[in-house]
Amino acid sequence: MADNKRIDEPTGTQTVGHEWDGIEELDTPMPRWWLIIFYATVVFAIVYTILYPAWPMIDRATAGVLGWSSHGELEKKLAEQEAQRAPIMSALSTTPVEKLVASPQLMDTAVEGGRSAFKVYCVQCHGSGAAGSKGYPNLNDDDWLWGGDITAIQQTLMHGIRQPGDDQTRMSQMPAFGRDGLLSSSEIQDVVSYVRFASKQEPASESAQRGRAIFANNCAVCHGADAKGDRQFGAPNLTDAIWLYGGDRNTITDTVTNSRYGIMPAWGGRLDPVTIKMLAAYVHSLGGGEGLPTSDVGAEPEAAPAPDESAGNVIAE
Amino acid sequence: MTGAEEKFFEARKKVFPRKVDGTFRRLKWVIMAVTLTIYYVTPWLRWDRGPYAPDQAVLIDLANRRFYMFSIEIWPNEFYYVVGLLVMAAIGLFLVTSAVGRAWCGYACPQTVWTDLFVHVERLVEGDRNAQIRLDKAPWTAKKIGKRALKYAIWLYIAAATGGAWIWYFADAPTLFMDFIHGSAPFAAYAAVGILTFTTFTLGGFMREQVCIYMCPWPRIQGAMMDEKSLGVTYKYWRGEPRTHGLKRSHAQPLTDLANGEKVGDCIDCNACVAVCPTGIDIREGPQIGCITCGLCIDACDEIMEKVGREPKLIGYATAADEALIREGKPTVSAKKRLLRPRTLIYFLLWAGVGLGMLFVLGNRDRIGIDVLQTRNPIWVRLADGSIRNTYTVKIRNMEARPRTVEIRVDGIDGVLWNEAGSREQATRSVRLKVPADKVAKTQIFVAAPGNGPKRTDVTFTVRALDQDMASATDQSFFERPEANR
Repeated sequence: MADNKRIDEPTGTQTVGHEWDGIEELDTPMPRWWLIIFYATVVFAIVYTILYPAWPMIDRATAGVLGWSSHGELEKKLAEQEAQRAPIMSALSTTPVEKLVASPQLMDTAVEGGRSAFKVYCVQCHGSGAAGSKGYPNLNDDDWLWGGDITAIQQTLMHGIRQPGDDQTRMSQMPAFGRDGLLSSSEIQDVVSYVRFASKQEPASESAQRGRAIFANNCAVCHGADAKGDRQFGAPNLTDAIWLYGGDRNTITDTVTNSRYGIMPAWGGRLDPVTIKMLAAYVHSLGGGEGLPTSDVGAEPEAAPAPDESAGNVIAE
Repeated sequence: MTGAEEKFFEARKKVFPRKVDGTFRRLKWVIMAVTLTIYYVTPWLRWDRGPYAPDQAVLIDLANRRFYMFSIEIWPNEFYYVVGLLVMAAIGLFLVTSAVGRAWCGYACPQTVWTDLFVHVERLVEGDRNAQIRLDKAPWTAKKIGKRALKYAIWLYIAAATGGAWIWYFADAPTLFMDFIHGSAPFAAYAAVGILTFTTFTLGGFMREQVCIYMCPWPRIQGAMMDEKSLGVTYKYWRGEPRTHGLKRSHAQPLTDLANGEKVGDCIDCNACVAVCPTGIDIREGPQIGCITCGLCIDACDEIMEKVGREPKLIGYATAADEALIREGKPTVSAKKRLLRPRTLIYFLLWAGVGLGMLFVLGNRDRIGIDVLQTRNPIWVRLADGSIRNTYTVKIRNMEARPRTVEIRVDGIDGVLWNEAGSREQATRSVRLKVPADKVAKTQIFVAAPGNGPKRTDVTFTVRALDQDMASATDQSFFERPEANR
């Protein structure tokens, strides 16, 4: 077939030599510039495979004479990023956490940095949205066992909760009233009735009436006479709608009988202070963060902008 | 195998278009002047937009993602205007092609305009067609080297000016100009100028008609767009054939029998139409991909026809339908009637409809926007007093070139709202926010409402600018509660 090449009369072009039912194909030559570009790409490919990693060998590819690697590229990019972030990171490390709110730029950076650190260190217990679960508090709400202003949150992060060996850790212990025989089981039921009455889950009853007295003698020292808790001991407010372990009768009975002993790691020894600061800022930003206590007002100057005239975070879009 | 030498590639046939004057040449001069003026002058026009926006009349601000065109400012979320312009450009080309054939190729295409400019420079330096052919064949003497160097230098200057003018569209032109000559402009500016200088120099100086014939898809699409009623540059072979060779014989009466009984056409085979053609084709071979319908062969032929005392427009704009009518001996249809046919009218109505629709939307668009995204993790948060809180990420677009204070409100639920700068204690039914000029502000909005209620409630967020125009925008979202309370 290939021997049937001939010159096509009307066009003066050679045919490829194939013929299908009388139809032949012209072997139209390509423009010279097209061929030049084609050869240029071939040359480029050869040069490229010499300069850069290209040919697959048994366990790796040829390295290329330029020594370029994607890992090296990544390291360079990371170092660039690090250098770019250096000024704001050093500002973060020198600014006390309670002053962060005065600088929207620092606060934004801290919240975003905290958001990613949270995903690494905190989600295992508190969940990816910081909503917690039974025994692990929801950090979005406005109920705080140990304090919800940004310095209190930082303190909790630094020293943890009930961490032995850290003398600044959040420390308290609820007695196991049933297990240790401090209260009889009927007394416990009365206390439970009272707690459920105080939190408006049950109507008043005789049992609750008896429980009020037991509560005053046994529980009020930590939870307060009005059962509204005390942050000094991490004693929860028993009158609100939020229950760390559950507010139903069985769970409260279990809590009073066997006590609870929630713990949290002290991150001060594991994370750098900037990361902890960022985590505190992030947790504080989740919607339940509280203002600084009034005794610290001196440390909180013109910081808080008027609530109705605040500038939003500007994003370039 | 025949004895023919096998050609592995096809060398470009050099084209040396001869100078010509006439109606279409003058039209091309005018179009070249207008298009080049638009291209070079536009970025230098100023337009006052106040202190918060650039004062360049036409600016494609990629870094800040804004497109300014006189009084119109386009944001990325309004990209559909650009789509609309592209649709208009496409339909406009359909309209032009169906009516007057490849007019875009012949007159307005940048490749045509710049090639034309380069050809004139070439003629200025090296002389007209014959001188160019001689010079091309001549050995490399100092004179030839000098002429070529001068030509390339002028081409390079035009090419650099072309590439240079391109970058003014993407940044404040006077600032960038000073930065550029001081060497402190961004690398991208120098790279853009370099690439565009190279492409202009190559495409205008050397590739020329090869771009139209091999590279550009448009001639092939246009081939499909044209019909028998589209105007095209046509050699009227029914008038011209059979050709005579030389002036002497052509003095005989046209289309009459010679002594030997041979018929004689108007074409004297002077090759003027071939000599002036910028793509180097012979229009007498009929419609072909290489013809960009620049009309220069019409001018060249008219000149000759006048000299030999024949009717002009042996080569002229004609339609295939006309050709058929003439061959049947019927009168041709007027140009007006050819242009106003259903197909062109439909294209025009579509084109005008898209344009008017865009103008209408542009005139009525809001320069404020709100986007509400409900936080899904967690969907709801129970607060100590038993109420339920939902969180929303709210973005406010202030598309005016002035800072504005806005008020965000939520309707459809009996709740209070606050953002990261406020607190629930101070929360009211609305949140105020300052949004800088021409920017998007992002804020977290917390909404707290009583804990008892349906699982999902439709809510509407409204943003209202607290300034003279009180513009507002809304977005829909949900307020969600736990399935069973407590």
